[in-house]
Amino acid sequence: MEANSLKSNLYGVSAIFSDTKKIAEITHKVAELGYKNYDVHSSFPIHNLPKKMKLKWSPLGYIAFVLGISGAAFGLFLTWWTMSVDYPLIIGGKPWFSFPAFVPVLFELTVLLASVGTAIVMLFIIFKFPNPKHPLHDTEYMKRVSVDGFGIVIEAKDEKFDYEKIRSLFSEFGAEKIFDIYYSPEELNYKPKVFEPKFIVFLIFLVVLTAFIGYFVNNKLFYMPPFDFMLYQFRVNPQEESTLFADGFAMRPPVKGTVARGQSFYQFKGQPEEAAANLINPLLPTEQTLALGQKKFNTFCSPCHGWRGEGDSRLNQQFPNPPSLHTDKVRNWTDGRIYHIITEGQNIMPSYASQLSEEERWAIILYIRALQRSLNAKLEDVQ
Amino acid sequence: MSRDYDYTIEAPIIEQNPSHSHINDAIARPLETKPTWKYYLALGISTSMLLFGVVCWGYTFYYGIGMWGNNQPIGWAFDIVNFVFWIGIGHAGTLISAILFLLRQRWRTGIARFAEAMTIFAVITAGLFPLFHVGRPWLAGYLFPLPNQHHLWINFTSPLIWDVFAVSTYLTVSFVFWYIGLIPDFAMLRDRTTNKFKKTIYSILSFGWRHSNRHWHHYEMLYLVLAGFATPLVLSVHTIVSFDFAVSILPGWHTTIFPPYFVAGAVFSGFGMVQNVLIIIRKVFDLEHIITIDTLEKMNKVILATGMMVGYAYAIEFFIAWYSGNQFESFVFINRALGNYAWAYWVMVSCNVVFTQLFWFKKIRRSIIPMFIIGVLVNVGMWFERFVIVVTTLSKDFLPTNWASYIPTLYDTGILIGSFGLFFTLVILFIRTMPVVSISEVKGVVEIFKKQH
Ligand code: HEC
Repeated sequence: MEANSLKSNLYGVSAIFSDTKKIAEITHKVAELGYKNYDVHSSFPIHNLPKKMKLKWSPLGYIAFVLGISGAAFGLFLTWWTMSVDYPLIIGGKPWFSFPAFVPVLFELTVLLASVGTAIVMLFIIFKFPNPKHPLHDTEYMKRVSVDGFGIVIEAKDEKFDYEKIRSLFSEFGAEKIFDIYYSPEELNYKPKVFEPKFIVFLIFLVVLTAFIGYFVNNKLFYMPPFDFMLYQFRVNPQEESTLFADGFAMRPPVKGTVARGQSFYQFKGQPEEAAANLINPLLPTEQTLALGQKKFNTFCSPCHGWRGEGDSRLNQQFPNPPSLHTDKVRNWTDGRIYHIITEGQNIMPSYASQLSEEERWAIILYIRALQRSLNAKLEDVQ
Repeated sequence: MSRDYDYTIEAPIIEQNPSHSHINDAIARPLETKPTWKYYLALGISTSMLLFGVVCWGYTFYYGIGMWGNNQPIGWAFDIVNFVFWIGIGHAGTLISAILFLLRQRWRTGIARFAEAMTIFAVITAGLFPLFHVGRPWLAGYLFPLPNQHHLWINFTSPLIWDVFAVSTYLTVSFVFWYIGLIPDFAMLRDRTTNKFKKTIYSILSFGWRHSNRHWHHYEMLYLVLAGFATPLVLSVHTIVSFDFAVSILPGWHTTIFPPYFVAGAVFSGFGMVQNVLIIIRKVFDLEHIITIDTLEKMNKVILATGMMVGYAYAIEFFIAWYSGNQFESFVFINRALGNYAWAYWVMVSCNVVFTQLFWFKKIRRSIIPMFIIGVLVNVGMWFERFVIVVTTLSKDFLPTNWASYIPTLYDTGILIGSFGLFFTLVILFIRTMPVVSISEVKGVVEIFKKQH
């Protein structure tokens, strides 16, 4: 015993007492004598002991209060910002910030943060858990305490620690049993083993597994039934077959002799010269119409005709290059002639009637005129 | 928890004044002995029920909720009925563990742990139903305010979203409350077991708890804080569940009495369920001196009281239907009592209000078989209460051309059976894997009574 006590790895001296009264007495005495690093152990909380141990009032109540307020503030911010700022929607005639309707969410978030947060603070910050390596674990002492013993430990690091004196103090107060408690040598030499091959293999395994699952879910699983319900729906898509109609086409042409809403009848079908002679551009070259024309030209015409209509297609020879729009021929055409080409197409250039409204076609022509003028600018234009 | 109060002498909560080591032994026994054939039989039955439910739900998952009997105008049926039913079952646990704790009712010690566990299992079971109900459970993430590529947020003014928050908070907080209570007991089991594998598990679960009084000091404060938060929480949860109905404008749903009425009903059915299960547990595991007949009698008194609150609510609903002079409101209630679902209504009234009156007799309150039967009836009645509220109301709304009846399909019924299977499987597994009674609390209570004598 004597030799052991001098060992450097002594954690403390402990004693088991048989009932709550005795443990209260010895605790009182130990506190009185001015020990600081001691602890009392029992398998249930003993009333009055905190007072005897001169423990400070537990701060958890205040912590819960602060966390609760934070939960409420977070909830208020979340509901206010999402419903009134980021994506305001009027629902049920309520104002954007309808506080009464947010109260339930605020309340739940308050309770959630306060209770879970306080528990986490207690376990992981105040108690510094998990701590399965504490020297008290797996000792005879702990086993007695967890059944019916009441134990007290005075740690060796206490300033007033005196091995002999403490042992005699304990037996004087009627200790049932006295144990010396040591740090186990492994514990003292314990080093975290982050770079062990086993651990690294485990990490690699985790990475591969996560990658595989991510790939599988995003690229395979969501294309299997029933997850693909958005991909396959009870309807026909463009270009598909349909048994509903005699000709087997799902897409239907307009009924003969009708003009769809918003469209008008083009009276110069196949008559470019008539169109050139009769059609007049209804738009004036204003900033707005030119902007519209530019936008539509860049979208629909520039892939083939080039950004400036010079016939420099961006299609890498996948489609024959069109002629330039700056030839004398085109520059001398009337607007109606160009309108006719956009509407009907010309040779291999397709019709744009279905993509562009009449107004948009005229706006494009205004823009082409502007291009023609700017590429053939004369000196007086600058003056 | 043991605290020094100025108590008047009351009957010992734990009979026979057992020693501390006896308490440890009695509570740890189910975890250390090999289960009997009866245990496996019970587990077999409940897992078969669960399996049946899983298959029925599998069909629903694959083919969609068209497998159910729901249709216009009855868009909510078994899915929502079961959800409300199971959430209600959970409420007894929190009431026992938190509210009775704040009210210093020490008789709760023997049953608190168990009741809390049942809360968690019931809320898990309940929480599955909204997932089933949405039909595409893998998209349920959109119920939470997660930033997404659509830049859309959930509608915080909707009672259904309040529900998401209430139920998930309830589950989390109940779990934390329960787990905090379990930590000292896991530590006790860790110190007790000689099996290396079990020791590792208990060491992990107990976080290295070492019965320190410096820790108990904070622990008791935390317990108080958690009880303090769980109490308004439990009241809020069924209140918010009732908002799912009350905030709508359907006659029969749109009533201000719903929140208190739902909370009372929840406690009522929950106590019925806890009482039933405890009767079986105490018998099978010889815990009759820890879960005493006095405790059960007290629970029966709670059942009687809450049953009458529910009965009062039924009466008031009728009164208001007449007093409001609103013809739609009156129609709904007359239809409930005399219409196509009248049988469901009268099952509800007789089970919830009539039979529970037998608890006025002390003899019935204290004899096991009658109280067990009444407990079962309470739950039958409460399930039908939710059925009456949800289905009868929807089946006849404003437009007579819309009226229809609801007939559950095999899949509806299968999922209901499966939910019982899930709940009981969890309960049965729980009894064998964790201490069903809080060891530290029971010891504390025994200690107090030792001093009194
Ligand atoms: C798919 C490529 C393509 C697109 C897109 C296209 N064109 Fe053409 N365009 C052509 C081709 C090719 C020709 C020459 C046709 C021919 O051989 O007569 C042509 C000819 C023309 C001509 C007559 C030029 C001439 O000298 O005969 C005009 C005017 C014209 N396009 C205007 C437009 C306008 C306006 C648009 C936008 C709405 C447009 N094109 C979009 C390919 C295209």
